[in-house]
Amino acid sequence: MNFDYNEEQQLLADSVRRFLAKNYGFEARKKIVASKQGWSAEVWTQLAEMGLTGLPFSTDYGGFGGGAVDLMGVMEAAGDALLVEPYLPTLMGGLLVARAGGDAQKKALLPAVVEGRLKLAFAHSEKGARYNLARVGASARRSTGGAGSAWEITGEKLVVLGAEAADRIVVSANTDKGLSLFLVSRESLRVRPYVTLDEQRAGDVGFAKAQGELLGAEGGALPVIEEVMDFATALVCAEAVGAMKFACDTTLEYLKTRKQFGVPIGTFQALQHRMVDMYVAHEQARSMACLACSKVDSNSGAGDRARAVSAAKIKIADNARLISQESVQLHGGMGMTEELKVSHSFRRLTMIAQQFGDADHHLARFAALDK
Amino acid sequence: MDLNYSQEESAFRDEVRGWLKANLPQDLRDKVVNYGELTRDDLLRWHKILAKKGWVAPAWPKEWGGTGWNVVQRYIFEEECGFAGTPPIVSFGMHMCGPVLLRFGTEAQKKRFLPRMYNGEDFWCQGYSEPGSGSDLASLKTKAERASDKSGDHYVVNGQKIWTTLGHYADWIFCLVRTDSTLAKRQEGISFLLIDMRTPGITVRPLVLMDGGHEVNEVFFDNVKVPVENLVHEEGKGWTVAKYLLGHERMNTGRIGASKRELAKLKDFAARQPGDDGLPLIEDARFRDRLTRVEVELMALEITNLRFLDQMRRSGQPPGADVSMLKIKGTEIQQGLTELSMQAVGPLAQPFRATGTDLEDGAFDRFTAGLAPRYCNYRKTTIYAGSNEIQRNIISKMTLGL
Ligand SMILES: Cc1cc2nc3c(=O)[nH]c(=O)nc-3n(C[C@H](O)[C@H](O)[C@H](O)COP(=O)(O)OP(=O)(O)OC[C@H]3O[C@@H](n4cnc5c(N)ncnc54)[C@H](O)[C@@H]3O)c2cc1C
Repeated sequence: MNFDYNEEQQLLADSVRRFLAKNYGFEARKKIVASKQGWSAEVWTQLAEMGLTGLPFSTDYGGFGGGAVDLMGVMEAAGDALLVEPYLPTLMGGLLVARAGGDAQKKALLPAVVEGRLKLAFAHSEKGARYNLARVGASARRSTGGAGSAWEITGEKLVVLGAEAADRIVVSANTDKGLSLFLVSRESLRVRPYVTLDEQRAGDVGFAKAQGELLGAEGGALPVIEEVMDFATALVCAEAVGAMKFACDTTLEYLKTRKQFGVPIGTFQALQHRMVDMYVAHEQARSMACLACSKVDSNSGAGDRARAVSAAKIKIADNARLISQESVQLHGGMGMTEELKVSHSFRRLTMIAQQFGDADHHLARFAALDK
Repeated sequence: MDLNYSQEESAFRDEVRGWLKANLPQDLRDKVVNYGELTRDDLLRWHKILAKKGWVAPAWPKEWGGTGWNVVQRYIFEEECGFAGTPPIVSFGMHMCGPVLLRFGTEAQKKRFLPRMYNGEDFWCQGYSEPGSGSDLASLKTKAERASDKSGDHYVVNGQKIWTTLGHYADWIFCLVRTDSTLAKRQEGISFLLIDMRTPGITVRPLVLMDGGHEVNEVFFDNVKVPVENLVHEEGKGWTVAKYLLGHERMNTGRIGASKRELAKLKDFAARQPGDDGLPLIEDARFRDRLTRVEVELMALEITNLRFLDQMRRSGQPPGADVSMLKIKGTEIQQGLTELSMQAVGPLAQPFRATGTDLEDGAFDRFTAGLAPRYCNYRKTTIYAGSNEIQRNIISKMTLGL
């Protein structure tokens, strides 16, 4: 057992952190969030140049062949900076291609993802499905008129992160043989866009007989979807740790500098203990994020992986709520304003608590795995 | 002991409920229930409907328009309003400045301000907090200096207030100002002034909260002339006035009726929304437990509140330090409900603000659309009106003697 990042991981994390500190300060981010597109193409290009878009993909396609642990430091830095670029959706789409796709599809898509030329999104969640990955109503059937390999997909997907930014979207739908994945080009879909609570861009995606290409084999896609969702969940846990660290640091600073009754408010023991609980919650979250990332990288089986990821997500969800709420509360009125970054880390952490399943969902999943 | 409402009390409840049903405009109710933003006109429209009926100031003495209801009836009225989804009666006038004038104001002040307040002709706001003075209100620095010129005796006010709720709607602001900064006991140099918001030298600047909404402001005073007759109580006695008022403010933060409405709405939604297993979410034991816990908290708060009111009825004493309890619990419940609503909608809690137009269905249905901003906004409840930490300090010191 070993908790150290290797030298490469450390260097990468440092350089991402430096880049974001320099180019993605709170003021810069504000402008990006307020822009029409809602993310920065320039930042995207630089993330790709640093190799971030290639991290988890095989060297066969120009990637680094890394895993979740290699991405931990990057995600933590992203969480600290509250990055809104469609990085996670692109990684998820790419991983689905890598895990499910045929050779030709991988060759056609992955190098472009690695080089930052292709952005992807994953359209899966549907109305009424809640967090249950198996419940999909969208359907696909082979086109009658067109070429032999074309499919027509019909359905509606909700809250697809990065839907507008994506060049191609990976869509889940049922065929006669069960749950399958398809690649659909962005133009053939109707996206109703919005800004999410955490200031990312997402949209509801509707498609009626949209032309798509089957990704890999027909049917049996659920295990791949679960695997990629677990991977993404582990990454979001690491991201949460970055946002928590920011929220804790900035609150601690505030307790030391804000004066009331002639003394820094950090001298009140009632607040000292609250701050300590935040700090402890962040450390516990970090431990669980390490566990989740390590387990998604090891070959100890889907059950072992799912158990660790759900445990981590339970802890992250609870602690994200505690830290986000307390960070605002201890700032008093200032914590409520849009002007302070702490209200934005609040929003991100609130979303992370529910992203890919809330605590109750993962409690149920964990309990079921334990049987 | 009998915790059932008497026949008369139930009849009173029916009367209030019936009247609200017939007189609460549907568009206002829709806005309230769907977390729409209430404009100045919306707030005043409802205020005027109640004023016309004679129900806008139940707690005031009868000669000034009070209803003569006892505390239980007042409670029932509040609860029914919350449950029906009426716009709030803006507290700053009716529940704060009004009671202050009734207790400390001169006859002339009462005659000048109370009827206009009652009829919704003046919109009031509260100017207490300053950038450097939040929890430690007594450290406030906004200065009022006595001067006179041909227009008469007046104060010249300089300084800044912050977090002024609905200051951008207001005609009048009641302020705590420092009239003497030489005294060792800071509280003794504070006075309570009524200031016309149209006086030259006042600037109102919006502050945007994290839900994207504009409800609070910064208010700047630059050589603002305030006639001396706008001083309430004696000069240097503002702190006494402020303390009297804070008790009233805290009695008003429980919002039990509104929480009951939210709870009912949440239950209804959870009965329609499928959980992970496809069955209605309300049948999910984990979710159901969370819901029940909030409901039980609310029941405990309600009975505690009634118990306090009953004590008040018997002793005739205004609420003491323990009213802080109602503020702590009431706001925790309000926040708990927004949190649970977010949890209930699950993945659909993410949409925050539309960038396109055709969002009627899908994720943006009417229940889910306002939830995330509301969850954010309600974090304020444990901060304002004396933060919950300060409320605990009050109980600790005043009730427990620690
Ligand atoms: C939405 C909103 C509306 C408001 N409306 C109005 C209004 O209309 N008019 C008005 O005058 N004011 C208004 N306020 C201001 C409100 O009363 C103050 O925000 C509040 O008193 C806290 O002061 P502060 O923000 O300066 O925080 P601070 O006093 O700086 O407190 C920061 C943190 O320290 C804690 N703290 C401070 N002292 C102690 C202590 N001794 N022991 C333990 N903990 C302590 C606080 O609880 C808080 O968590 C509003 C505030 C908000 C957020």
